[in-house]
Amino acid sequence: MQSTAAIEQLAGKGAARAARRRMKGGGGLDARPRWWNYLVLALVLGVAAFPVYYALLLASSDAGSIARNPIPSLLPQGNLVANIREVITSDIGFWSATVNSVLVATVTSLSVVFFATLAGFAFSKLRFRARRGLLVFVIATMAVPVQLGVIPLFIIMARLDWVGELKAVIVPGLVTAFGVFWMTQYLDDALPFELIEAARVDGCSLLQTYWNVALPASRGAGAMLFLFTFVGSWTTFFWPFIILRGDSLTLPVALQQLQASYFKDYSLIMSGVVVSVIPLLLLFIVAGRQLVGGIMAGAVKG
Amino acid sequence: MDGGRHRPSTVPGLSERNHVSTSTRPAATERGARRRARLARFDVRVTPYLLISPFFLLFFLVGLFPMLYTAWVSLHDWDLIRGQGDFVGLDNFAFVLGTESFYKALRNTFSIFLLSSVPQVVAAILIAYMLDANLRAKTFWRMGVLVPYIVAPVAVALIFAKIFADDSGLVNNLLLGVGLPAVEWHSDALASHIAIATMVNFRWTGYNALIFLAAMQAIPREIYEAAIIDGTGRMRRFWHVTVPMLRPTIIFVVITSTIGGLQIFDEPRMFDTGGQGGASRQWMTMTMYLYELGWGPQLAFGRASAVAWLLFLIIVAIGIVNFLITRRIAHSGGPTKTSR
Repeated sequence: MQSTAAIEQLAGKGAARAARRRMKGGGGLDARPRWWNYLVLALVLGVAAFPVYYALLLASSDAGSIARNPIPSLLPQGNLVANIREVITSDIGFWSATVNSVLVATVTSLSVVFFATLAGFAFSKLRFRARRGLLVFVIATMAVPVQLGVIPLFIIMARLDWVGELKAVIVPGLVTAFGVFWMTQYLDDALPFELIEAARVDGCSLLQTYWNVALPASRGAGAMLFLFTFVGSWTTFFWPFIILRGDSLTLPVALQQLQASYFKDYSLIMSGVVVSVIPLLLLFIVAGRQLVGGIMAGAVKG
Repeated sequence: MDGGRHRPSTVPGLSERNHVSTSTRPAATERGARRRARLARFDVRVTPYLLISPFFLLFFLVGLFPMLYTAWVSLHDWDLIRGQGDFVGLDNFAFVLGTESFYKALRNTFSIFLLSSVPQVVAAILIAYMLDANLRAKTFWRMGVLVPYIVAPVAVALIFAKIFADDSGLVNNLLLGVGLPAVEWHSDALASHIAIATMVNFRWTGYNALIFLAAMQAIPREIYEAAIIDGTGRMRRFWHVTVPMLRPTIIFVVITSTIGGLQIFDEPRMFDTGGQGGASRQWMTMTMYLYELGWGPQLAFGRASAVAWLLFLIIVAIGIVNFLITRRIAHSGGPTKTSR
């Protein structure tokens, strides 16, 4: 309350108290919001959570009840475990799809963070020929939809005989322009030159400096980048749908097959949906705060 | 392109310091010291490229090269199984531009995009405004609006397929329950676009709200304080301070959602089990058309590449339009000059 303090100094305590009251009444900046603000937000959260809850309701029900009423019950019923078991053991290979999704998302996220930190360190703290031009190039490629290269990418994968294999999804995801841009922005602010200089004086080569100074300094932003990449990889559909076959599917592709083969029984389809949501929901409960922080930090700089 | 050959490294004085120390040493170790200095110089000059090379190498292989190669493929008669055929010039483009499906896909893509982007930005700003208050349990509310973001579009589409089912769907049941006619979500083009746009909005509104929230919090508090002291009410403050100050962020969100929105595939593909975009292709999008040409019965990679390039050009064109609008807004006086 800087301004009321100023008023107090200029015009005395009474005026300050009046000003404070005025600001509160008119919706002062630091006043607690009123009940309707919470009500609106609660409604928004209800809308945001409802489809997920609805999936849980259907997944815990059975085909008969769902056919009678699109809202079979208001509380989850007892069939969830049985339905999930049926989906996981079905011939779609839902369980292996879950394992594959974890594998693909973990590997690509770790790789994106590692290579992005490497490049971000160079772009933000080292001086070299064509640095600026290359950085502009990285930023420009962020705006270009890489998705449009799927046809040649498919031709390449066919040449390599990788069609239907997980590495065809992993390898194109190992680096992202967004990651490089993100880490460059972050390290530019967060890593003081003095630290690098100190490491250099101690005899570190640039690579050692990266390992001992830059990598530890980028832990926070690296964690956020990991989360973004993980969610992105977990939810992506187009390219895996094109390239994956047989028993090496990721979850979104397995969900698509579930719809194609069980399209009458919503309780089973929704059990698949629930299985695909649970791992990320757990991650979100643990690290959602960082995800929120990352989105908001990116917005200010972005 | 900065940094000449003899520019010092960003870490100042390092190589010089090495040189000073060599001159004071006995002759026997001098050679070793010089080698070390040379190594250090090599390190400073080459390591930066080493650090950025993994990104550029991989990006070239899986990003840039495929994109450019798309142009090459689009000029050929190219088949999924038989591979490269004759050079056909712009025939693939002519073919694609001559099909009715292309224009349908174009119309559907834009219709879904408009139905998802406009309401989404408005809702996101309003939600951000609610979140911008001095709330109790801030993090809870912020995380809450982000929950839809972690649900994969395919999963979202499956859930909403039940909500928007024609028979015994959730919405239609509610409509019938209050005596209104049911909506034909799949056979009516506009209704299908609304249903698909709803899925997109569900997933992205909260995410964008957080972006707007961050931008709102970056607005200097003094501006609000000045407005309060001037006796401005809540509504006027929102319209004359908050919204104008958000303009760059709005443009940012619109541009990013243009790039993503025009490539939409997952939700419309999953809207029915066929995945063709409906009986008369009433919700087939550009990317779905690309997929159908390339991996459908035609197996025509050349034609699919032509669609990819056309879509790319459309996105670039819209990007340029966005840029021009942005620049005009910037020239017309910025955020302060809005109240009449």
